[in-house]
Amino acid sequence: MRELTYLEAVREAMSQEMRENEDVFVLGEDIGVYGGAFGVTRGMIEEFGPERIRNTPISEAAISGTAVGAALTGMRPILELQFSDFMTIAMDNMVNQAAKIRYMYGGKGKVPMVLRTPAGSGTGAAAQHSQSLEAWMAHIPGLKVVQPSTAYDAKGLLKAAIDDDNPVIFYEHKLCYRTKSDVPEEAYSIPLGKADIKKQGEDVTIVATAFMVHKSLEAAEELEKEGIHVEVIDPRTLVPLDIETIVQSVKKTGRLVVVHEAVKRGGFGGEIASLIAESEAFDYLDAPIKRLGGKAVPIPYNPELEKAAVPAVADIVTAVKETLNRL
Amino acid sequence: MTQKLKLPPQVKETELRELYKQMWLIRFFEEKVDEFFAKGMIHGTTHLSVGQEASAVGSIAVLEERDKITSTHRGHGHCIAKGATVNGMMAELFGRTTGYCKGKGGSMHIADVDKGNLGANGIVGGGFAIAAGAALTSQMKRAGYVVLCFFGDGASNEGSFHEAINLASIWKLPVVFICENNQYGMSGPVREMINIEDIAARAASYGIPGKVVDGNDVFDVMNGVNEAVERARNGEGPSIVEAKTYRSKGHSKSDAKKYRTREEEKEWLLRDPIKLMAEIMIEEGIFTQQDADEIKADAKKEIEESVEFAKNSPEPTLDALMEDIYA
Repeated sequence: MRELTYLEAVREAMSQEMRENEDVFVLGEDIGVYGGAFGVTRGMIEEFGPERIRNTPISEAAISGTAVGAALTGMRPILELQFSDFMTIAMDNMVNQAAKIRYMYGGKGKVPMVLRTPAGSGTGAAAQHSQSLEAWMAHIPGLKVVQPSTAYDAKGLLKAAIDDDNPVIFYEHKLCYRTKSDVPEEAYSIPLGKADIKKQGEDVTIVATAFMVHKSLEAAEELEKEGIHVEVIDPRTLVPLDIETIVQSVKKTGRLVVVHEAVKRGGFGGEIASLIAESEAFDYLDAPIKRLGGKAVPIPYNPELEKAAVPAVADIVTAVKETLNRL
Repeated sequence: MTQKLKLPPQVKETELRELYKQMWLIRFFEEKVDEFFAKGMIHGTTHLSVGQEASAVGSIAVLEERDKITSTHRGHGHCIAKGATVNGMMAELFGRTTGYCKGKGGSMHIADVDKGNLGANGIVGGGFAIAAGAALTSQMKRAGYVVLCFFGDGASNEGSFHEAINLASIWKLPVVFICENNQYGMSGPVREMINIEDIAARAASYGIPGKVVDGNDVFDVMNGVNEAVERARNGEGPSIVEAKTYRSKGHSKSDAKKYRTREEEKEWLLRDPIKLMAEIMIEEGIFTQQDADEIKADAKKEIEESVEFAKNSPEPTLDALMEDIYA
């Protein structure tokens, strides 16, 4: 099978959907001839033209609301928000409008839109262009939240998101963009709400999201050398969340480490840890649940400080050993 | 036959009685709602448009069936003018299952998406971009419909006003932004909150027409809005129409109206839009005082019946709580 980068997989998912369905279109800042801030839409305006690859003014409040209005009236817009930090400006439309319209209207009307947006640190873009704010969105009933970590998952989950009749926030971690995996050429869908076990193991369960999946797999490889077999689970979607897969894994391993890049305080890891504490898996725990997350600090510019603000491979290794009392 | 009265071509003289009835339906609906709030018979809050009926009725009178509207927190008039049944509206305010939103939306979220009412909105300025999006659907699907976006003087100070109107203007979207300038944003007098005489003048900065109409004269509203609707339908893009009017009641329930004088209120009452419409129609020989009285009585009866309908409608069961969050 051929390999694609994550970025190419996202582009391919959009292009394939657009060829199939006239109602699907993309709007966003600099997504036309420029190809988007990260190059995701490069070449698409040449194939689909400026009406369906709509270059917009720098107006996050307008373009998010326009996507809501277009979705409510029969289109299936994909909004590219240049950086997920700009959600602050699009927030009203996602939280007060898109998420609530169907419920407020008594089950009439639907808002089938996808808001795709690059998230995360590691590019030196500092505090206003590096955040991981997915927990905000996961908190809102009416939204779905997707966080793929691999090219294969990105393609399949994006198709599912576009086909979904609800507003979906689709987070693309910038450091994932250049990662590669085998990706089938034909279109395929990965259901929202289905976790993936990225590596099987019996000793400790790691639940990791976005780029932390890659760091966790790296940590798992190191731990393997010491005879520690971790299981790495990527929930892939936070809403809906496949808690069952995590419960089953924890029942097997008796130990849980949750890792995400977002600030630990109020992060989604707290939700996962709580759900496990409330579940039948609690009785199987042989050690306290550990959570790893970003430090409660704006992402700094200096590369060493930037790295220190989010969990590193070594932190994951240490956390796993701590749960095993093997430090 | 009328000599002086100029009507848009699609508004037939025979329809004027129906429009006159709509004015009274809105008035009686809201007076009834006001009474019920005062008596504690319905809960929550509501915003009344008593005194502003002409801007809703006159604007929507020039639309075709397929055209759409977005409304505001002060939206009962828009709903009735767009063809909503007063039964469904009253039942909604009573929180009953037969209400437009099955009792889950209340006064601020009445919508009838299938009939082109994309919804009232509890967020001031929340409708601008949604209207632009609905207009984008019309443009992309070559559907030929126009969207009327109602907003107040207060909303024109929201950032979404600027972003969405700029977007609509560069894309020449078929949308008309109708400012119902009722002189107050809650308690804030427009003269203190805006440093220009006419909100319509802001249109100049988007390169689109801005027109001021007498918001208490239903015929002036019709003609002004019609011009803008024609322009939008012809693919020439959006306009702003500012209807100068007056909010006779307070902002919402429990408003002592300390920010304005009783004299000012009395002065505006002299130009009550319903009274004005009847005077013009009698003078033009379109109907007699007796006709006017009969229409008024009919409207009153319809509202009384809507109250009975609402009172006799079932409350939702608790099972309904978690329904319709997702499509």
